[in-house]
Amino acid sequence: MIPPAFDYAVPKTLNDAVALLGQNPEAKVLAGGHSLIPMMKFRLASPPLLVDINRLEGLAYIREEDGWLKIGALTREADLDGSDLIRQKYPLLADTARTIADPLVRNMATVGGNLAHADPANDHPATMLAYGAQVVATGSGGERTIPIGQFFEGPFQTVLAHDEILTEIRIPAAKSNSGGAYFKLERKVGDFATAAVAAQITIGATGKCEDAGIGLTNVGLTPIKATKAEEALKGKPLDDATIRQAAQLASEAAEPVGDQRGSEDYKRALVKTLTVRALRKALERAKS
Amino acid sequence: MSTHHINVTVNGAVKEAEVESRLLLVHFIREDLNLTGTHIGCDTTSCGACTVLFNGKPVKSCTVFAVQADGGEVTTVEGLPTNGKLHPIQEGFTEMHGLQCGFCTPGMMLSAVGLLQQNPDPTEEEIRWGLSGNLCRCTGYVNIVKAVQYAAEKMKG
Repeated sequence: MIPPAFDYAVPKTLNDAVALLGQNPEAKVLAGGHSLIPMMKFRLASPPLLVDINRLEGLAYIREEDGWLKIGALTREADLDGSDLIRQKYPLLADTARTIADPLVRNMATVGGNLAHADPANDHPATMLAYGAQVVATGSGGERTIPIGQFFEGPFQTVLAHDEILTEIRIPAAKSNSGGAYFKLERKVGDFATAAVAAQITIGATGKCEDAGIGLTNVGLTPIKATKAEEALKGKPLDDATIRQAAQLASEAAEPVGDQRGSEDYKRALVKTLTVRALRKALERAKS
Repeated sequence: MSTHHINVTVNGAVKEAEVESRLLLVHFIREDLNLTGTHIGCDTTSCGACTVLFNGKPVKSCTVFAVQADGGEVTTVEGLPTNGKLHPIQEGFTEMHGLQCGFCTPGMMLSAVGLLQQNPDPTEEEIRWGLSGNLCRCTGYVNIVKAVQYAAEKMKG
């Protein structure tokens, strides 16, 4: 219930924050805090220093620019959920933001944190895989852009150096004839996913699938990009048979572990069903 | 370990304190400020009994450190009445029998206030979704929804 004691710093600039992290290898970034603080309350995490980045300016924004949807890492999930731009043009992202925890948590939780914390049960990772997103990070070595497919290394592990802070998430700007959807099964509101599927598709001029991205949540040690399922869609018309074939491949790409949310077989079957639903919804949205 | 001097405006009054960085906002409210209307109902950031308005937004105060509120504003259930007159949400919970044991009620009301600020005319589904961070073991939520609808109506003037 009561976290272990720690030192607390509130840097005024990003460079100050990076410097603090560099000086303290065991320090953790505090943004929304709604993954970190619960862990500290259970004493599963005991960072000796928290670097509170909530006062840093200019890290919360949602805008389209230069062919990308750019989202500041400190953008709260509630602001993603409330964004007309995202709801209209990035429905997969809107679906995802809306299913994270509950409205109270979403008032504090940040997109950057959801990715950087890299809990395999977090929702944004699969969605970013489906979108082919990039993240931007700043550390003592300067700024770098990381394709999301290279970002996740394991449970709670990313390629970020200890002193690197995520500053921005970039999603390719929405094309016409593209659509996406996120389908998540949870035991009750606020739970992590028993399994979830993110699907993003683009329909070409011929009516066939030009591009597809499918990401799987909480059925592996990291979010999973269902590459074979994606390949099975490309160049084909998205009829029922094709969708079902892709769903089968997605379920085979999953690496679920049986736990209190369900057995391995159940989760695999769930991935298949959710993939069908997500693809159908993505198609419907791509056409409208 | 460090302690920090913080200034937090709670229910309109500035409170100053020297606190450990690990002090949870809910503990600061309950134990340092003796405002015990904000409740602790779980250990897992699930139940929402600790909900307060933090810089205008409803949040779970058990998952925020008091130091994060330095320079900020907090509204608790004790801050809902104006000049001794009940807030419409409090009136709604009274009139529509929106509580039984009352343990979730302060959190429910603060969440509802936050919801109605964003969406002054919510549908039932929007109310249920908007309060989905607050759990109630007694009521089955039916009268809670009615209480929020009462308040929405009252606040529309």
